Order: sequence, then structure tokens, then C-alpha cells
Amino acid sequence: MPLLWLSAIILALATAGFFLGRARALASVNGSSEKLHSLPSYYGSNALMKSVFPAFGAMLLWMLVQPLFIDNRVAQLIPDSEIDEGSSIGLVMSEVRRTADGITNAINAGFIDDETLTAGQADLSDVTQRLKDAGQVVTNDITQPILNAAQEYRALSETSRSVMTIVVLLVALLGAGWGVIQSGRDFRARNVVEQGILGILIAAASVAILTTIGIIFSLIFNTIEFFSLYPAVEFFTLLEWAPSFSGRGGASSLGILPLLWGTIYISVVALLVAVPVGLFSAIYLSEYASPRVRGIAKPLLEILAGIPTIVYGLFALLTIGPLLVSVFGEDGAGWMGGGRSVMTAGIAMGIMLIPFVSSLSDDIINAVPQSLRDGSYGLGATQSETIKQVVLPAALPGIVGAILLAASRAIGETMIVVLGAGAAARLSLNPFEAMTTVTAKIVSQLTGDSDFASPEALVAFALGITLFVLTLCLNVFALYIVRKYREQYE
Amino acid sequence: MTDVSISTTPSAPDRAKRVSLISSDARTEKRKSAERRFRMYGIAGIATGIFFLIVLLVSIVSSGTGAFQQTFINASVYLDPSKLDKNGNRAIEDLRKVSTFGYTPLIQQAVFDKLEQNGIETPLQKRGDMKALISASAAAQVRDVVLANPDLIGETVDFRILASSRVDGYLKGRVQREDVARDKNIDAEHLDLVDALVPLGIIEKTFNIDFITGADASESRAEAAGIGVAMIGSFFMMLVVLVLSLPIGVAASIYLEEFAPKNRWTDLIEVNIANLAAVPSIVFGILGLAVFIQFMHLPQSAPLVGGLVLTLMTLPTIIISTRASLKAVPPSIRDAALGVGASKMQSVFHHVLPLAAPGILTGTIIGLAQALGETAPLLLIGMVGFIASNAPDGIASGLLDPNSAMPAQIYEWAKRADPAFYERAWGGIIILLGFLISMNTLAVILRRRFERRW
Amino acid sequence: MNDMRILERDVDAQAIKISAKNVQVFYGDNHAIKDVNVDIQDKTVTAFIGPSGCGKSTFLRCLNRMNDTIDVCRVEGDISIDGEDIYDKRVDPVQLRAKVGMVFQKPNPFPKSIYDNVSYGPRIHGLARTKADLDVIVEQSLRRAAIWDEVKDRLGAPGTGLSGGQQQRLCIARAVATQPEVLLMDEPCSALDPIATAQVEELIDELRQNYSVVIVTHSMQQAARVSQKTAFFHLGNLVEYGETGTIFTNPEDPRTESYITGRIG
Repeated sequence: MPLLWLSAIILALATAGFFLGRARALASVNGSSEKLHSLPSYYGSNALMKSVFPAFGAMLLWMLVQPLFIDNRVAQLIPDSEIDEGSSIGLVMSEVRRTADGITNAINAGFIDDETLTAGQADLSDVTQRLKDAGQVVTNDITQPILNAAQEYRALSETSRSVMTIVVLLVALLGAGWGVIQSGRDFRARNVVEQGILGILIAAASVAILTTIGIIFSLIFNTIEFFSLYPAVEFFTLLEWAPSFSGRGGASSLGILPLLWGTIYISVVALLVAVPVGLFSAIYLSEYASPRVRGIAKPLLEILAGIPTIVYGLFALLTIGPLLVSVFGEDGAGWMGGGRSVMTAGIAMGIMLIPFVSSLSDDIINAVPQSLRDGSYGLGATQSETIKQVVLPAALPGIVGAILLAASRAIGETMIVVLGAGAAARLSLNPFEAMTTVTAKIVSQLTGDSDFASPEALVAFALGITLFVLTLCLNVFALYIVRKYREQYE
Repeated sequence: MTDVSISTTPSAPDRAKRVSLISSDARTEKRKSAERRFRMYGIAGIATGIFFLIVLLVSIVSSGTGAFQQTFINASVYLDPSKLDKNGNRAIEDLRKVSTFGYTPLIQQAVFDKLEQNGIETPLQKRGDMKALISASAAAQVRDVVLANPDLIGETVDFRILASSRVDGYLKGRVQREDVARDKNIDAEHLDLVDALVPLGIIEKTFNIDFITGADASESRAEAAGIGVAMIGSFFMMLVVLVLSLPIGVAASIYLEEFAPKNRWTDLIEVNIANLAAVPSIVFGILGLAVFIQFMHLPQSAPLVGGLVLTLMTLPTIIISTRASLKAVPPSIRDAALGVGASKMQSVFHHVLPLAAPGILTGTIIGLAQALGETAPLLLIGMVGFIASNAPDGIASGLLDPNSAMPAQIYEWAKRADPAFYERAWGGIIILLGFLISMNTLAVILRRRFERRW
Repeated sequence: MNDMRILERDVDAQAIKISAKNVQVFYGDNHAIKDVNVDIQDKTVTAFIGPSGCGKSTFLRCLNRMNDTIDVCRVEGDISIDGEDIYDKRVDPVQLRAKVGMVFQKPNPFPKSIYDNVSYGPRIHGLARTKADLDVIVEQSLRRAAIWDEVKDRLGAPGTGLSGGQQQRLCIARAVATQPEVLLMDEPCSALDPIATAQVEELIDELRQNYSVVIVTHSMQQAARVSQKTAFFHLGNLVEYGETGTIFTNPEDPRTESYITGRIG
């Protein structure tokens, strides 16, 4: 039964529970609802809640556990001989799943029927061909163990689905029944329902935690797998980034240092653009500008913050790059080979960060108490002396925090570097040379056709965890500084 | 009191000068100019920022508007029955068997005929020479019309067929005469021909609705590529984001703002949310890849997965803004509700939430706008690198069938080798920014209209 | 009383330092100061008293053009120091404020070291050529503010780490270090405890040797203790101005009397 239908039936059961519960509660006081502890609809909601949440919970849990369980069972069917040199059980299993899905789709489309497959020794090449005819993506030839495993996989999935349907419906029915039976004059339905709602609220708030856990787990597990295939020491110390393309063989050199260098170099260029412009804008806006000028200039600058990064990427690639080449390229200074370079990406990223730096600094400068400015003016300081010697030093911790947050943004930025920075990892000092970054390499290693079990793909997770830890440390530190700074003037 | 030691020992500079206020000395002048300089730095900072904004907008508009115009060739194609319907029975199955290769000569002939009719002198004397002028999509365009209406076979029908991207580029100034020497797709004779055909109205550049509604096209057919299907993909993603992030975000905010006790768990959640808001978007892409695709086996490239990833990414933004609007509702409202015997839950849902609704809505729209423009996580879950050719035909297929999204489609075009796609990428950005501007304007209007000061 | 009479004789000998004529101040549409005329003498402590919101602080801030920093504030009339109109277009408020120092209601030391707090003024005005000169000025100012002994061992410590009374005396030292001719004090003791207040009041009396001091206070006792001349403001008007002794013992205006006896305020 499709999930949609199952969900609809659960909802129908729950709705029935709602009306029954409400009716039963009213009946228990002969229709005079003021004698009930709670409003009648609370009794209904109680029944509804008791059927919907456990049922959907069970469904979700089942769907999470089912693939693990089935994979485990099916994996035992695959003999070790099936697993090629350099391959892994995971790869074979994904092929089994692909085949299973393919068979199901092909059967639905009428290209193949169950008999052909279950005739003991099915003609493998025929099956493969039929699946291909049905437009299913399968590997070149399906072997017998894989076909068997795929069939087993399908059978198990089907059984599991049916059992799940029964279990879920039973849970929904029992829940609704329980809720209805509870509905009586002395039952404190409102309190129970409110407890339930509170539970939902807590669950919603915990999504943030789950997300973090999800991020950490998905990074850690894959990184551990990567380090089992590739030595961690080399990853952190090798000065070379040269992944071999899958299939061509040969060892890859996967050193993170050239990528980190590119990342940091580009971020520094970006900050060199963004910090002076953003900081001076913030100073002008908060200290000098009339309300009218502020009202115009601030939103204009903030438009820059609302522009998606893909736009900056394109701007880097198609506007900044050619512009730089015309000045520093072959015809000009001769420092630049192509449009993609550290400068190209750095400038675009700097523009993106201007509003980030300026609005954060603006807030922070505004938090400096007026009494300090008055004290300085009272001594006969000019406005710029006051800003330079009193306001900025007082705001310094906050501004440092803001710059760190901007740096973390720059390090994690992807689209601009993917389009503007280039693809070759290089340890060079020339800012007009193409370099690449951690984020750009995460994208290039995880898109394309390489399989997920190879070190060349798994390295992306190790890069990801480095990026995550790096930005997390920067953020935590920066947020800490900014918070301390705010507390100081509160 | 008179023998205060300090007052009896005035130092050298003390009281020595009694300068006039009106005349200012050199030092004051220097300080004044330092003041002016510093002020200039500030103005320069803002001017630089606004200058960048203008350059950005100018390059978007100047490079992108071309995408909304396309070059077409007006030709009367004779739908030759001997080529298209050899059996002569107009049976749809037989007609389907004729591939686009069957149509190409007819179209080339039609263009060739136009030359002869108008007596244009050209060294291009073969029908096949017309190939460079005509888009590779033109045959499919004619074929679709014929399959939809088989009775047209045997007649001569007026078509507005797509010109090739080089012809289009020539009319838009992208392809220069100097460049064609190195170009194997077109040569100077063809450009002469184009120059001759334009005044006759046979080749014309008009508004191109297909760019807004159409699907992406393969690398060799830049002229046929449109962003419509990707727009639908984005729409379904936003639907998922809205449906999930609004209720979850509001529920989480209500808990944290109204009910959460001050304990470690709440602190942990708070710190978490603050940090999640600053996690690079690409990391969310990794999460989506590992959890939704590797672990849960959800389909790759599906807007559903994209929506889930973007939901997780947008949640912190929505929670932060929702909490701010809940906080803005004064405690007196809560006290009033509690005072008449409402439960805490009732006071929140009946009084606080409705009052905070405009703020929540504004925050949600801004969060959605952010999600709409996000690209990096979509690359990792595979919403790029293929041609999203068909519009989905229902909600389920819209959510689950592979599709692209606007920013991913723009990235895809930006990556392709043919510069004709760059124009499309810029054009796509204009559309994307159009959506973002509308959403933000809506948010501003909502805020202005419903903003309440307590 | 005896002491007071001695002071009065001093007062008579002093020249007029600040002269305000027909001063009007507007905050947007609000007429905050109405037609105030007052002459403030050199080497004298002048107290401005009156109920809160009467405009005494506003008027004080006119004397060194601190109101310039408030956008909506507009000042009309003439205020001159040593015969020079301070609202003249050619006058640089920065120079003016170097001449007319100010101490604020709440102690507002800069978040810098004690030394840097005091040396800030001399440095921006270029009063010291060498580090040694600066050291002398800092020490002198701190001594003059009667805080030297408490801080001489920790000049490098942050000024914000001092106690409230110390902070306020540091702020006075900071103002004195600029070597002003007039010192404006806006309720300098309102944030201080009685002991610190006593120290600051003693200090004010000593400062009179060198400066013309104008102090705004809401404490009548304080005005009586430290000032030689007193001006009473009410609802933006200068009601009465005269010798402190006269104002407190024998006021002319019934409103002054009501305020001093505690019937309005």
C-alpha cells in the first residue's frame, strides 16, 4: 500500500477518534459541556493525538530501520567471491539495490515478469537486456548471486511493507480507541493534550540538535572510512593534491594543505576588500550620516547581502575575471594566465562580505555608549579623533568578532570559488594564479561519476569535517567575543 | 585651604596661552583636515560599496536581457508526404517512426527557398549550407507540430523556427566577424546571408517566452535552453521548505521562548541554533548526501531532498526571527490571558502567536528567499549536471522526479563551454533576482503594514 | 557664614568669564530654554539648581556647544567667552571644548589605562612635546584631582576598574589635563556615594583657584556647600541669579523660595 494511502487512512482513523472522543465525553455528562473538566474538543484532540503520533512515529521508525535490517539479511546471501578486489560489500549492495529497483520498475512497465526471473536459472544476459530496454540503469551484466540477492531484497521489502502497514494501522486504531475510552467527565483532557503539544514543541526544538548530530555523524563515519583507505598523516601533511581519476588506477595524492592555502589566501583577499570598505561604511553610517543618508545607503548596501552567491560566482567568472585579465593578463602586466584566480574569487567574495562586515560593525559601534563619545567631545576632541581613539578601541573586541564571523563565511563559501577560483590545487604566492579551495574540492569530488566508496570521493568528507571544525571554532570564538562585548555595555 | 600645594605650582604651559577662539592655529587646521580626510574615508567606503552594487546590477542587466530575446527564421516548410508519411495513411505510429533527421532537410529547403524567392545572391548554393543558420532544435519543433496535427502533411506551413545560436549571437553582438574565421560552426558567407535576410524580416529577433517557460537543452543547442522546468523544481523545493520549516520553526521558537526551562538542554539547543546558522551551506549538502541519499535511499536530484536540505538550512534563520517577534509581544498580554484563567498553552496560542504572526511571516519569507538562491548544497545532492527536460506532471513527480533548480541551472549554464550559455545564465539571474526582490518587497510591505510598536 | 563672607569678597574681584544673552534652546518643537541672561565669573564656582527637566543641564551643554552633537537641538541668542561669541561661524567647537572642559553626570572613563585616560586630552591638543612633558601633565592633573596617591602605582590599569568615586575624579583629572579655562560639571556627584561626594566637593573648591567652575546639581545642600554664585532655573527660565548666600537665605522670587523650602521640585 503506498505511503500516501496509509497516511490518509491513519488520518481518517484519527478524525473518527476525534469525533467519537468528543461525543463520548459529552454523553458522559448528558450534553451539558460545562460539567466537563475541559472543552469537549480537547477530548477529541486527545484521541486524535493518541492515534496520529504513535502511528506516524512507528511508520517513521520502521522506515529508518527497515533498510538496515534488510541490507544485513541480504548481505549474508552474497558470497565473498562476488566482492571484487578493491571493491567492498557496500558497493555490491548498492548494485543489488539498483537491480532490485530496476526489476520492480521493469515489471511495472511490463518489460519483464516474475516468472522469467524465478525460473531458477534465469537467462542472465536476457534479464540484463530486458532491464536495459525498460530504461533501467543497471551494470553491464547481472550475476546469479546478485540476481538472487536482488530477488530476496524485493521479497523482504515487500513483506516488511505489509507488516508495517498492519502494525501502523493497529497502532493508530488502538491509540484512537484508548483516547475514546478515556473520554469521561473526570478526565483532564486539556492537561493531557497540552502535555502532548509541549512534547511536539520540544521535538521541534530538538531538530536543531538532530541536524548537528546528523552533520557530525555523516562526516565522522565517512571520514573514518576514508582514513582506513588513505593514511591520515598524508592527508594532513602532503603538499600535493592530485587525485587519480577512478578507473585509471594509480595512487592519489590527497594532501589538504594546498587546498587550505587556497582557502586562506582567497579569504584574506576577500577580507582585505570587505573589511576596509565595510568598516568605513559602518563608521560613516553610525557616526556621521544624517538619518536620511543612512536610510538610503544602509538598505542599498544590504542589497548586496541579499544577492545569492551564485550571482557573485557568475560575476567573478564573467565580469571580474576578464577585467583582471585585461589589466594583469598576457596583454597587460603578464601575471595572469586565465580569468580564474585568487584575486577573481577574492574580490567577488569581498564584495559579498561588505554588507556583512558593515552591518555587524554598525551594530557594534552603535552599542558603544554615548557617554564615552560625550566624554571625548567634552575634552575638545574632533569627531574623527573620538572615533579613532575612543569609539573604535572600545568597539574593537566586537569588531574583531565581526571580522572572524566574516572570515568563517569566506572560508565556507562555495559557489564563488567553484566558479571563480579555478580547479588546480597550487601552493603559490601569486594572487593572479588559479588556486582551489576546500569547498571547491568537496563539490568536485562528490559530483561526477566516481563511486562513493573510493578514497577520491570519501576524501570530501574529510575535507568537510576540516571545514566544519574550522568554521565552528571561528564561529564559537567570534560569537563568544561578541556576546562578552555586548554584556560589557548592557 | 589657601595652602594647597598644587595651586601654587602652575606648570609651564598652564594658563600660559589664552588663545582666541576665532583664530585657529596651525595645529587646529591640521586636525580639521584630518577630520575631513577621515570623513572622506567613510564616504569612500560607502561609495565603493554602492559602486560595486551598481557594477553588479549593470553587468547583470546588460548581459542578461539578451536572453529574453531570441532570433527566429520565418520560413514556410513544405511538409512533404513522401518523406514524412511514406505509407500515406497518416497513422500516428508510422509518423512517430520518422525521426527529426527526416525533418531537417525539409526545413533547410524551406530556408533555401526563401533565398531564391527574394533573389538573394550568395555563394552558398546547397540546401545543406543552410544548416549553420538553423537551430538543431528546429526539426523537433516542426516534428512536434506535425505529430500533434497530422493533417498538415502535404501542406506548406509557416513556421517561426529557431535560428542557430551563432546567428543569434551575431545579431546580439556576441559573435563578431573577426571571430568566425576560427569558428567551425559558421563562416563569413553565412553572416552575409544573415545581413541580407534581416531587413527582409525573414530573420528577426523577438521576445522569447520559451526562455522563461522552457526546459534546458543540450550543450549544442544554447538557443533552445530555458529555465522554466528548473523554476518548477525550485517551486517544489520551496513548497517542501515552507511546509516543513514554518511549523517546525514556529514550534521550536515557541518552546524556546515561552516554555523552555533554563537548563543545560535548552542552553545546548540555543548554542546549537546560533552555530547552525553559521555552518557553511556546503556542509548541509554533505549532510543531505550522507543522510537522505546514502542512508535513507531517497532519490537523487529530487526536489524533495533539496527541500529537506534547504529546510534544515533555513530553520535557524526562521527560529531566530520568530523568537524575536515572540519576544516583541509584551508580557502584559500573556499576564492578561493567564489572569482570566487561560492555561499557559492557551495564552500562547490564542494571544501571543497571532500577535507575532506578521513578524513570523516576514522572517519566513526572508528565509525562503535565502533558500531560493542557495546553490552549493544542491550540487551535492545531484541537482545539476543533467538536462531537466520535462516539466513534472503532478505533485508526486514534481517532488520525486529528478529536476534542477533555478540557481543550479544557472550554475550548469555557467559551466558550459559555449558563451551563448553565459547570456542564459545572466538571464536566469535576472529571473531569480526578480523572485527574490518580489519576496523581499512582500516582506517589507508586511512588516510596514502590520508592524506594531508596544 | 563667616567663611561665606570671605568668599563673597573674592567673588566681587573676579572678571566676567562667560556672558549669555537672550539664550533660547529648542529641541525640535520643544522650547527648552527661554530667554536666559547670565554672566559667569572667572575663578568662581557657579551652581545651577532647579527641579529636574528645568533646563539647567541643557543650558550647561550650550556653554561648550555639546548640544551640537544632538541633531534636533537649536540654540539662539549670544553666548560669549572672554568677549568672543562661541556660536560664531568661525569658531571651531573643538577648540572651544578644549577651553571649556566638561565632567559628566555618570563617570565615563574611556576603556583605556588610567594614564591614557588622562593623557588623551593633552595628546589630541598637542600640549606635550615629549613623553616627559606628558608624564608631568598626567601627574599634575591626577594630583589636582586628588587621586594621584590612589592610582600612582597602577597608571597602566584600566580606568574602568576604579570605584565610582575614583572614576569621577579620574574624569575630572582628564578634564583638567586639557588645561581648560572653564570647567563644566553636570551633576558630577549624582552617581557617587556620600564619601566620594565629599571628596569631589572638596576638589571642586580647590579647582576654583584656577578655573571658572559651573556645576549643575539637584542637591541644594551641595550648591550651598561648594558655590559662590547660584542660578535657579525653573521650566526653562532663569528665575533668579545671585550670590549663593543671598539665594539661600533671602531669595527674591517666590518660586525660588518655594523650591528652597521644598514646596516645589
